[in-house]
Amino acid sequence: MNTFDLSIVLSGQYHEWLVSGFLLSIQLALITLVIALPLAIILAVLRLAPYAPLRGISITYVEAIRNVPLLAHMLFWYFGAPELLPPPIKSWIYQHNIEAVSAVIALVLYTAAYMAEDIRSGLRAIPKEQMEAGRTLGFGFISTMRLVILPQSLRVTVPPLISQTLNLWKNTSIAMVIGVGEMMYQAQQVESATFRGFESFAVTTAGYISVSIVITLLSSWYQQRYPVRSA
Amino acid sequence: MLDIIQTYGLYYLIGQYPNGPLGGLLMTLILAASALVLAFPVGVLLALCRISPFAILRVPVTGIVYVLRGTPLLMVIFWAYFLLPTLTGQRTDQFGTMLAALVIFDGVYLAEIIRAGILGLPRGQMESSRSLGFSYLSSMLLVILPQAFRNMLPSLVNQFVSTIKETSLGYIISLSEVSFVASQISAQLPTKPLQIYALLGLTYFVMCFSLSRFAYWLEKHLAVRSAKV
Repeated sequence: MNTFDLSIVLSGQYHEWLVSGFLLSIQLALITLVIALPLAIILAVLRLAPYAPLRGISITYVEAIRNVPLLAHMLFWYFGAPELLPPPIKSWIYQHNIEAVSAVIALVLYTAAYMAEDIRSGLRAIPKEQMEAGRTLGFGFISTMRLVILPQSLRVTVPPLISQTLNLWKNTSIAMVIGVGEMMYQAQQVESATFRGFESFAVTTAGYISVSIVITLLSSWYQQRYPVRSA
Repeated sequence: MLDIIQTYGLYYLIGQYPNGPLGGLLMTLILAASALVLAFPVGVLLALCRISPFAILRVPVTGIVYVLRGTPLLMVIFWAYFLLPTLTGQRTDQFGTMLAALVIFDGVYLAEIIRAGILGLPRGQMESSRSLGFSYLSSMLLVILPQAFRNMLPSLVNQFVSTIKETSLGYIISLSEVSFVASQISAQLPTKPLQIYALLGLTYFVMCFSLSRFAYWLEKHLAVRSAKV
């Protein structure tokens, strides 16, 4: 067996593969975060809406998504869903970057379901008199939510949302199953090209953990800087 | 969809068994159950180290827990895939690889659940048991853990749900669990990926949703009982 030699993955072509994978993983996570967060807020507000059908939509969405593994979501959006599209659009999509698009769709839907639950429990932590007071003063449900409830719930909601972001970061690795060239995929490519599995996986693990540590530090910084105020 | 179930239903449920290796849905359940059962002692051990008064146990285990929680499961699977044959000196099959990865990964998450369960009990339990002459270890095993276990049950069922979802990653190392079997069926029926993957999603949903409802019921039921005591 070869000796452990990191130089092969710390410079040259294979290093570039891993770095491009790392950057793509970060892009996937950021794009997903930007789309999933507003979707999650909408779902959480729907869950507390005064109309039962709206609440039903939100509950169904969250339960249906959370109880299916991300891998099955990815397979569905990559292999299954394009079949529904009319042939011209389908062939157009296949000429473009369908892997990354499917991965982002799956990640957005999955992450939004988890984030919606975190936001909802944050909203519920605000005493309901706040909503009643807002409504009494003449604000509508949406305006009260936006101007009174959501800003107050931030302190409770942000820490679990940050740890959800950590999960999102780890979940981007699953995109490799549909051939997205993110970090895990590149690690495997480097391994099969060089038979240097240990080196390639060591560097990749370090990549995942370093971003995870940054996210964890961000969370503890936030909790120290903006502690939850008791009402 | 019905004709797919009629033709491939049995293959989907149990793989090629009895004419070949076991697979499909049954494989998913066996894998998830054995991973959780084997991960439990690992979790207890890690939890005891994490709350231990000795820094020599606490610090390294806390480090391991943080590192593993910052790593994707896929990474752990790949490490198991490479490390196991090197460490044991013989080829490990996909089931063994996946099981090892899941036991380590779940052990870490279980450790946090168990730690919370132990810390959630009043200190008086440990103190009174120690003053009755039990050693630290026997108090833990006979007094603390059985009580903590009851409080942990809902979280354990939820962890089982997570484990079932995690077994789907066996797909990547060609372990013939239900996701992989679905992709095999899809390869034989190239015109019907939509139905097959929708069926796969539905299968997971039925299993996981009913289990998480059970966890929710358990939580309410146990809360009522402990309020009476």
